[in-house]
Amino acid sequence: AVGRVLRLCCRWGAGPRAQTLRLICTTTAVQRKNVGASGPEKYTEAFIKKQIEEFNLGKRHLANMMGEDPETFTQEDIDRAIAYLFPSGLFDKQARPMMKHPTEVFPEQRKIQWGEDGRPFHFLFYTGKQSYYSLMHETYEKILDVQKHQDQLITQDLPLQKEKRNLAGSRWLTKIELEEMLLEKLSDDDYSRFIQLLEKLVALPCADIEENYIQKFSKEVPVQLQKVVIEPLQYDEQGVAFSTGEGKRKTARATAVVYDNGTGKITVNGTDILHYFPVLQDREQLLFPFQFLGRIGKHDMVCTVSGGGRAAQAGAIRLACAKALRSFVTEKEVEFMRQAGLLTVDPRVKERKKPGQEGPRRKFTWKKR
Amino acid sequence: QLDHGCALHAAARDGLSSVSTRDVPAERPRAVFHTSESDPAKHTEQHEGRLYNIPLEEVKAVFPHGLPYRFQQQIQTFNEARVMVRRPALELFAYLKGSNLAHPAVRYVIYGEKGTGKTMTLCHVVHYCSRQGWLVLHIPDAHLWVKNCKELLQSSYNKDRLDQPLQASVWLKNFKTSNEHFLREIKTQKKYTWGKRESTEEGRPLGEVVDQGLARVRSASDAVGVVLRELKQQSHRGSFRLLVAVDGVNALWGQTTLRKENKSPVSPEELTLVHNLRKMVRNDWSGGAIVATLSQTGSLFKPSSAYTPHELLGKEGFDALDPFVPIPVANYSPREFESCYGYYLERKWLQHEKAHTEDGKAELQFLSGSNPRQLDRLAGPL
Repeated sequence: AVGRVLRLCCRWGAGPRAQTLRLICTTTAVQRKNVGASGPEKYTEAFIKKQIEEFNLGKRHLANMMGEDPETFTQEDIDRAIAYLFPSGLFDKQARPMMKHPTEVFPEQRKIQWGEDGRPFHFLFYTGKQSYYSLMHETYEKILDVQKHQDQLITQDLPLQKEKRNLAGSRWLTKIELEEMLLEKLSDDDYSRFIQLLEKLVALPCADIEENYIQKFSKEVPVQLQKVVIEPLQYDEQGVAFSTGEGKRKTARATAVVYDNGTGKITVNGTDILHYFPVLQDREQLLFPFQFLGRIGKHDMVCTVSGGGRAAQAGAIRLACAKALRSFVTEKEVEFMRQAGLLTVDPRVKERKKPGQEGPRRKFTWKKR
Repeated sequence: QLDHGCALHAAARDGLSSVSTRDVPAERPRAVFHTSESDPAKHTEQHEGRLYNIPLEEVKAVFPHGLPYRFQQQIQTFNEARVMVRRPALELFAYLKGSNLAHPAVRYVIYGEKGTGKTMTLCHVVHYCSRQGWLVLHIPDAHLWVKNCKELLQSSYNKDRLDQPLQASVWLKNFKTSNEHFLREIKTQKKYTWGKRESTEEGRPLGEVVDQGLARVRSASDAVGVVLRELKQQSHRGSFRLLVAVDGVNALWGQTTLRKENKSPVSPEELTLVHNLRKMVRNDWSGGAIVATLSQTGSLFKPSSAYTPHELLGKEGFDALDPFVPIPVANYSPREFESCYGYYLERKWLQHEKAHTEDGKAELQFLSGSNPRQLDRLAGPL
């Protein structure tokens, strides 16, 4: 490529607003020699603005093409239209064609931090992590404010407010979220120091006055267990209580019906477990839920299973059985079962084979010559 | 008339007398699941689920062959032979007691799933009959005769048939050990020529025929045939009662894995031993009974889920055995399971701490499915 139009966005002599386009026509060979590794490409403000205008125009064009109203064309409509116009069979969603607002596409970046004369705006610029240190300073100032307020209250002999904020339902920002907020790389040590400062602030009795500031750095933890509804017991004709459960493992799918007042007999697909699972290991898997709850000889079970192999079927039945037993058992025991791993679906499946390798991990035999 | 009172030969006689006097107080009290009743004839329903002891000398005399391998190992480990009294065996005893010996021999076929105790039931019946004074013709495993035979000789008696000298001689040896007493007393009724120079005159004791078979291995199969024919012909006279106990009877009508020299497969009729045994199992003689066991474990070319007589015997075998009394053998009942478990505990076979608890017992019952073989295998490593 002999002639190429480039937009070099880094290292401007001019100020942040007056950014000129420099058209440089060079060969790629020369270009490679001159430009060293300068980090990720930086986008100018004007560039981003132009992208936004183009996006909006494109959105209206797309709405016209699809025969819909340009004014009320939402992002979901855009996604649907693009999927219709450019169907793709790629598995990775990120690799398919997409049309999104430029702010989502281009990552947020720092604007230029120094003025025309080269003098940086922020007083902590030369620390290297200006926003982090400024944040630390701010937090410490808040701590000092709270302590002053506390002293005032003590001198006035007023009771200190002691409303503990609910720490159980919230968590601090993670390191990655903090980095996104500050647009700066942090180290683990920096992050931990910041969290310690925040904890110190929260521990002070009168921290309520700075509640707004603290809330910027805390997040609600989503509800822990999606409350799984445990079905109540059903009763069949003779009045015997029973309950059903489903389970899967690898490619095997199983359903189990557990009856009460039983002798410990188990039937799989119409045959006894001794015949269906001649291997001891599979029978041990089936034994596990009953043994855990201490109800080995008390229930009967009838199950159907299909797909998978020998061990996969055993695992699937185990899961189905545990799920069915939940209805017979107190909530505490359900929690114990969950912690023992009896109620979790095993996510392991066969890994795909990669090209250039013999299997998912195994490489071809390496020959020296 | 033969002496029925002390039917076993001299070596076991002393053992017998000591057993009847030795009783519970001599040792620490055995728990509920043992019974000191050592004579199978006296086992009744109240003994069901309990284990009884067979003195070791008797074991060697009555069962030179025929006990399952794992049971023999257990005898060696525990230094005693304990057999459980179970319902199928009791049923058989009732039938045998009530059978009319003038009628043709009734055939009883013991069948059941793998590992439920068919061979052990057969051995129990054999013990009972030997105590009662019957002549026991015990073939430990008919499958051994139709597979893995190294030497096949063409029979001199009948050109079409093939001899198996090794198996025949082994069987003759064991037969001699178990029934020595009778062999001295039964006389041959015909003259048999074994070759150019050897022959057995009429009226010689059967023991001579057996010795002849052992000495001249080539004619061992013919000796077996002679023994069987003599016994069959003489049993209706009533001087002795004959029990034919065959384990794995479905081998007689299945296929073999043996091949002739020209690589053509051998069918069971072409083997002398099988041919003679088939004649034995036919109910055209009287004065005894035939008890047979079906076995899938050694059988050839049969699926492992087959256990009913029809599946394992095939059409031919079923027709040949046709009027028979089927006796099913099932897994342990809860009572039997408890006594077996208690026995293992008592002999300190279960060493694991958890095996002593109730939970451990429930676990064992679940995992083994109350199947005797599975339980035995499970308890091994514990």
